[in-house]
Parts: sequence; structure tokens; C-alpha cells
Amino acid sequence: MAADGQQHPLKIYFWIWGLLFLFSAASYGTDFLPHGNFRWGLILLFMILKAGFIVAIFMHMAWERKALIYAILGPPVVLLVLIGLMAVEGDYTELKRLDFFSAPVIPAGHHEAGHGAEAH
Amino acid sequence: MAQEAVSAGTAQEAGWTAIVNDWSADKATFRVPWGKAMMWIFLLSDTFIFTCFLTGYMNVRMSTTVPWPNPSEVFGLDVFGVSVPLLLIGIMTFDLITSSGTMALAVNYGYRRDRGRAAALMFLTAAFGAIFVGMQAFEWTKLITQEGIRPWGNPLGASQFGATFFMITGFHGLHVSAGVVYLSIVAMKVLRGDYEKRGYEIVEIAGLYWHFVDLVWVFIFAFFYLW
Repeated sequence: MAADGQQHPLKIYFWIWGLLFLFSAASYGTDFLPHGNFRWGLILLFMILKAGFIVAIFMHMAWERKALIYAILGPPVVLLVLIGLMAVEGDYTELKRLDFFSAPVIPAGHHEAGHGAEAH
Repeated sequence: MAQEAVSAGTAQEAGWTAIVNDWSADKATFRVPWGKAMMWIFLLSDTFIFTCFLTGYMNVRMSTTVPWPNPSEVFGLDVFGVSVPLLLIGIMTFDLITSSGTMALAVNYGYRRDRGRAAALMFLTAAFGAIFVGMQAFEWTKLITQEGIRPWGNPLGASQFGATFFMITGFHGLHVSAGVVYLSIVAMKVLRGDYEKRGYEIVEIAGLYWHFVDLVWVFIFAFFYLW
């Protein structure tokens, strides 16, 4: 029944399922690496691979028409602008804090008040 | 690409020709059931919400001058006296991936009109989702009662840790909980035979939502727990 939509062999789902398990295990494995560019690169790599396979195969995006693909996957690209701006902003805020507050003492006053109350 | 039953009877034009034809024709732009198009647009808006949350988290984590608590230790579990880093989160990740697989199979059996199997797999998916929420409740309880983590501060380091953690994982947990309810309702209706005439697109639409919940977790896992 053609009108019934996305129908694909079960085999492909089992393959992707297996791959997702593999990538999950691999990305869990990155937690045992020292912090640094290598670890962060691997985290991003496995993240993108997992996300890509979920969207493309499990969510069937690979078989949709381009009108839908671009309408859904295009707009999130502008989020990169937000992320870029906020990264610059975060850097700037940190520099100003280092300039004007002596690091690394515990900063705000109300934080300390709350801190004492919740000590266990 | 030729074996697809989708958009049967329409020639698959290449590249921009297809896009221009779809958008300029005097008819519906997306050749999918309207519910599916709407679900995709809802998920698009949800993408913006979660990205705003994660971007906010990035911003406060970058700008704080107090050391960030080490998630690997905070979320570690003691197993027979041995501390395993991120163990619970790892299990939650595999639980969600498993549920995504069962959901994908449910969609397949739905289109085959094997409604018993489709409903059973959807209930199984919902069960994995409920287990996920249960583990999250355990995680939150441990963090609040044992580690003393609060949205306004914690004894381990930067006070923004609690705020972003509870907001992001809380909002995701809310999505999982809603998904469990949604899947259970649709599964019951599938089992009852409500979609015999209308067709089983609804299973795929519910599946889209569920896969999205898993998708968001992929990003939370990478940026919050591993980074």
C-alpha cells in the first residue's frame, strides 16, 4: 500500500540500532580520556554520528523530499550564530570578572548564605 | 532511492528543481500527511528551545571564574566499592537508544498493519521511557540529598551547575514523561484498531517525537555530561 508512507526493510533498522549502540559505547569511552582537544573532538564526532543516523534513518529524513528536508534542517543553522555570539559574550564576561573580582573566591554573597544552610 | 513507496507516482526530480516544484505548485508543499509536517515543525521549534538552553549553559560555564564541578565524578556510581564514572548516565543513554530501536520497529509493523506487534513495541518503548524517568528521579534524588546540589549553588564548585543541570535535564525529563503518556495512548488506540481505516501514519508521527527525545539526549550527554 503505497499511501502508507515510509516502509523499509527491517534489516536497516537493526544495522543502525547496532551502530548507535557502538557510537554510544564509544562516546561513553571518551569519559576515560584526559580533557583536551582530542577528547572534545571525539565527543563531537560521536555526537554528530549518532544524531545524523537517528535523524536520517530512524526519523526517515533520508527518504523525505528536499522541500521538507530543507524546511526542517535549514532553520537550525541560524542557531550557530547564536552559539557564536554567546561564546564571544561568555569569554568577555569571564575576562571582566577576572579583571574586577579577584578569582577564584566564591563570588556572590547570597551564594554563601545558601551554602551554609545546605551543608550536610 | 528508487525502491521507496513514498510519494508514489511522482517523478523524483533532482536537486533544486524538486524544491522549486514543491514550493511553487498550487497545492500542499509537503507531500506527507499534515500531522507529520506539523510534528516536524513542532520538533523544529523544540530544537530552538533546547539549543537556547544548551547555549545558555555554554555561556554561564564559559563565563564563571569558579571551577566547574567534574560531571564524571558527580554522576559516578559506586559498584561494590569501585567508583565507576558516569555509570548511571551511561545506562540511561543505552536505555534511550534501545527505546529508539523498538520505536523504529513499531513504525515498521504499523505500516505492515500488524497492529498487535506495533502496539506491543510501542508499549515496550514507553516502558523504556518510564525506566529512564525513574533513573532520572534516582539521579536527582542523589544529587539533591547526598551532594547538596541546588539550583542556586552547590558545595562542589560553580553555582551555575545546579541551575543549568536541573533546567536542562528537567525539561528533557518532562519531554520523556510526556512521550510515555503519548505513546501509551497511541498504542492503546492502535491495539483497539482505531487506525485500520485511517492508516498508521500516527505511529510514525509518535515515533518522530520519541526519536527527537533521544536526539536531544545525545546532545545533553555530549555537552553536559562528557564535556
